[in-house]
Amino acid sequence: MAKTILGRKLGMTQIWSADDKLIPCTVIEAGPCVVAMIRTEKRDGYRAVQLGYGDIKESKVNKPQAGHFKKAGVTPTRYLAEVRLEDGEEFKLGDKITVDGFEPGMHVHVTGTSKGKGFAGVMKRHNFKGGPGGHGSHFHRAPGSVGMCASPSRVLKGVGMPGHMGSETVTVRNLEVVRTDAEQNLLIVKGAVPGGKDGFLTIRLA
Amino acid sequence: MNRIRAIEQQQINEELPEFSVGDTVKVSYKVVEGTKERVQPFQGIVIRRHGAGARETFTVRKVSYAVGVERTFPVHSPKIMKLEVVTRGKVRRSKLYYLRDKVGKAARVKELRF
Repeated sequence: MAKTILGRKLGMTQIWSADDKLIPCTVIEAGPCVVAMIRTEKRDGYRAVQLGYGDIKESKVNKPQAGHFKKAGVTPTRYLAEVRLEDGEEFKLGDKITVDGFEPGMHVHVTGTSKGKGFAGVMKRHNFKGGPGGHGSHFHRAPGSVGMCASPSRVLKGVGMPGHMGSETVTVRNLEVVRTDAEQNLLIVKGAVPGGKDGFLTIRLA
Repeated sequence: MNRIRAIEQQQINEELPEFSVGDTVKVSYKVVEGTKERVQPFQGIVIRRHGAGARETFTVRKVSYAVGVERTFPVHSPKIMKLEVVTRGKVRRSKLYYLRDKVGKAARVKELRF
């Protein structure tokens, strides 16, 4: 069974557990994924499958992509991602991957793109403390000193500076699977996952 | 969104009686102590209902030995074994926070008469 599946974040909610505790969880639409390409040891030097996920309008698929899907004999999908195979795993072109391989109680790693925060200052980006708000202080959200004087006469590497924040690939590890719904392709995990609603996610078994 | 709503819909307790802010209610709440389970009653005035759907909560206030005690419960918690409406209250606002500043007779809510 595949250890990885592609999906989409639907949003968050809460669910009562069997021992009557409220669990915060994220609802993910996981799959169905389709195998669109197979990488072999012989031809590519490694073993992997390319998974496709998500509906897409036919008019949105450009010709090179359409040809790629046609070669595999599958309907075009919005997302494509390659997944390495372990020894013993075998897939054929067009194989479907669903949430069936995931059971409540399992743990998964979820990878996604975090929400973009734009150009952020040091308080937001690096959790600097900032200065006092009032009492005549003119030092509010500035980074302050970034180093020493003539020695070393340079700024050390790794000093927190303002800059772009978010929109990066983030993996949240070891989220517990709370519930699955094979009919609706839903995977419900405990806790938050990166990104906003409709964000593309890669889910793999821990 | 609708699929999330469907998940929440399953958790809604439909046997719960209708109650609103100002009502005096008796909540029978399941308490687990180690391995033992028992039901603890909590009676007081509902001073707030917050949220909607399966995530809604309500707060019950009572004065116990001259100390105000407030407890917030999720409306659809499976730990609520029973919820009785003792009296209906006549109130003109949705949050009865003003009761916190009242003592004795002033901290009452008029009963709703039909």
